[in-house]
Amino acid sequence: MATYDDLSLHVRLFMKGYRFSRHIIDPMPVAKLNRPLNESRFALVTTAGLKTPAQPDFDHSIKMGDTSFRELPNTVDVRTLIESHRSYAFDHSGVQADANLVFPLDRFRELEAKGDIGQLNHRHFSFMGSIVGPRKLIEETAPQVARSLREDGVDAVFLTPV
Amino acid sequence: MCNQTVGLIQAAIEREGIATVSISLLREVASAIKPPRALFVPFAMGFPLGEPNNAPLQHRVIAAALRLLERNDLPMLENFEYDSKENE
Repeated sequence: MATYDDLSLHVRLFMKGYRFSRHIIDPMPVAKLNRPLNESRFALVTTAGLKTPAQPDFDHSIKMGDTSFRELPNTVDVRTLIESHRSYAFDHSGVQADANLVFPLDRFRELEAKGDIGQLNHRHFSFMGSIVGPRKLIEETAPQVARSLREDGVDAVFLTPV
Repeated sequence: MCNQTVGLIQAAIEREGIATVSISLLREVASAIKPPRALFVPFAMGFPLGEPNNAPLQHRVIAAALRLLERNDLPMLENFEYDSKENE
């Protein structure tokens, strides 16, 4: 498991000084899965900053972080996705070699084909995770994605950081 | 910051009544955010499902995470069982 000690000094000092407690959701809302996995509709959410070639890059110039998101169609070829993440806190070589490492759509397609999960939603969502000032994420973009997922009839969501 | 962002998005989705599970790479952050269901993985930042082009390992991580969705003793922060020597 990664700990703060694995991070570079610059990143470590930032993380140690950052008040995560400002953004704690207390109590965190808790939803239950209402049907078995093999009958559930799944969507994926990643914060790896992935986008399709036609979509605009995430904006690295916004100091507090780009809180926008990209909608990734379920039909997308994972090999064509572009990583547009600005963070220097992690090694980008893995995601560049295989985007399934952070957005495992091919693995979920295999689970769907085997019948281990019900079905995949027609769209998934990608954010760029290096958001230092998350107010707009909390108030606008995350709820917008959540409402879309509910309107799609999604039962369960699998989320990956990077 | 990715781990915090995941937790905040996870909360918004749960608020809509949809069950969520997340992968977590930083125990310190997940312990602070307390997502309803999170699987700690012993991998480096940038490698949440273990290794690129290693479908069997990616499937093991996903399967462990999906099992958490079936549990209701929340919040839960589980560890992914992994021996780092097993791929050598």
